[in-house]
Amino acid sequence: MVMEHFMNPRNVGEIENADGVGEVGNPVCGDMMTFYIKVDDGRLSDVKFKTFGCGAAIAVSSMVSEMAIGKTLDEALKITRENVAEQLGGLPKQKMHCSNLGADALHKAIQDYQSKQKEAQNG
Amino acid sequence: MPEVYLDHYAATPVLAEVADAMRPFLTDEFGNPSSLHSRGDTAREALEEARERVAALIGASPEEVIFTSGGTEANNTAVKGIAWAARRKGNHVVVSAVEHFSVLHAARTLAKFDFEVTEVGVDEQGMVDPALLEASLRDDTVLVSVMAANGEVGTIQKVKEIAAVVKSKGIPFHTDAVAAAGYLPLDVNELGVDAMSIASDLLYGPKGAGALFLRKGVRLMPLLDGGVQEGGRRGGTENMPGIVGMGKAAELAARDLGERAASLSSMRDRLISGLLDAIPRLRLTGHPSSRLPWNASFLVEFIEGESMLLFLDQKGIAVSSGSACTSRALKGSHVLTACDVPAELASGSLLFSLGIENTPEDIDYVLETLPPIVERLRQMSPLYAKYLKEGGG
Repeated sequence: MVMEHFMNPRNVGEIENADGVGEVGNPVCGDMMTFYIKVDDGRLSDVKFKTFGCGAAIAVSSMVSEMAIGKTLDEALKITRENVAEQLGGLPKQKMHCSNLGADALHKAIQDYQSKQKEAQNG
Repeated sequence: MPEVYLDHYAATPVLAEVADAMRPFLTDEFGNPSSLHSRGDTAREALEEARERVAALIGASPEEVIFTSGGTEANNTAVKGIAWAARRKGNHVVVSAVEHFSVLHAARTLAKFDFEVTEVGVDEQGMVDPALLEASLRDDTVLVSVMAANGEVGTIQKVKEIAAVVKSKGIPFHTDAVAAAGYLPLDVNELGVDAMSIASDLLYGPKGAGALFLRKGVRLMPLLDGGVQEGGRRGGTENMPGIVGMGKAAELAARDLGERAASLSSMRDRLISGLLDAIPRLRLTGHPSSRLPWNASFLVEFIEGESMLLFLDQKGIAVSSGSACTSRALKGSHVLTACDVPAELASGSLLFSLGIENTPEDIDYVLETLPPIVERLRQMSPLYAKYLKEGGG
């Protein structure tokens, strides 16, 4: 499953005028992911990503995007690193920390969207 | 799908002639070379024949060759054994920063036991500056170890020049020639080295066999105490199949050295120039001309080595990478760091190590397979997207 998502990653790319963007990691530590989300009626209507990193990092990004599309924001915020690894059929132990950043990047994109919403309401 | 093996720095295939030479020593010829009966004689003769063949590859006398369990043991024996034996004279050891871990970590172990270690840096092409090395020598320096050539970036060091500097001070000089032996003409007397490590498994011989050349008169404290095998310098019953295999591999390497080096260099050059032409923002690591015939090593910008390696593997191409993600310790290559490569660039490391069974068609296949993989991974990379937005490309 990891290999399948690595070889054929889903939802690679950027969303123009995304409702939220989340970036985690940095190239120095070896993995970096950027997630873009589109929100319609409180649901993630589209999720795309760009990833710099190892095979596991690419598979994780792909899996997170697939798990997130169609979910409400609250549901998507409940996706954890462990869920993602489980859906991929397991990840090598040494990849659990550095490569498994997809859920964090997604959450960051959602938080970005939510803070923009707040600003819009307040402003 | 073609299968193209380009990871010979990790392991070389055992040649058929080598396996044939080894076979009797796995079955009928099980004798111990230390035994006094005729089975012992047969084993002892084979052991000494192998020693002559290994000695001939590097221009040494057979009695100056100590068989070990591989390059790692040869390096550990040289670094720790020569330093320990000279402890009363001094406690300073000099190594280069790009040494294999079996030299570097052996030196760092010495540093835990009352030795001082200087790690001499290299330039961006991985070259040790003999003048810089000379400046690090002290009155209490008891050993200097600088490799003949670096397997990760391919750079051939100025060993003869360094040996002359070190010897002029009366300090023993060791060189790790594991990556170089069999590919470069190495003669211990012409180079003027006191000790040299070589390994069977980079010579199309079996794993688990190596040798340390130790010049007559250089004092050594054995790493493995035991019986008087190997002149009392390495205890333990000899690994006969491995040693016989290494002897055969050394004989073939000496016979074919010129031809192997020419053919490897020509494939290497085509691979390097072909990839540099086909892939923008690709950098060659190591020295452009003073370079091992089998080494083509690169940094691919904006993407990570392990993902390239896995995609290449899916296409039947076996390579390695010095990226942090490919190491079990999750640390980037110390060699690239020493060459001043920033960590994010080191992530994109890709190493092709060519072998004698490769063909020009193998190189064609890599030239046609790698560029689209790089392009695909770059399309996925947020760093590449940033680079394009900032007006690159």
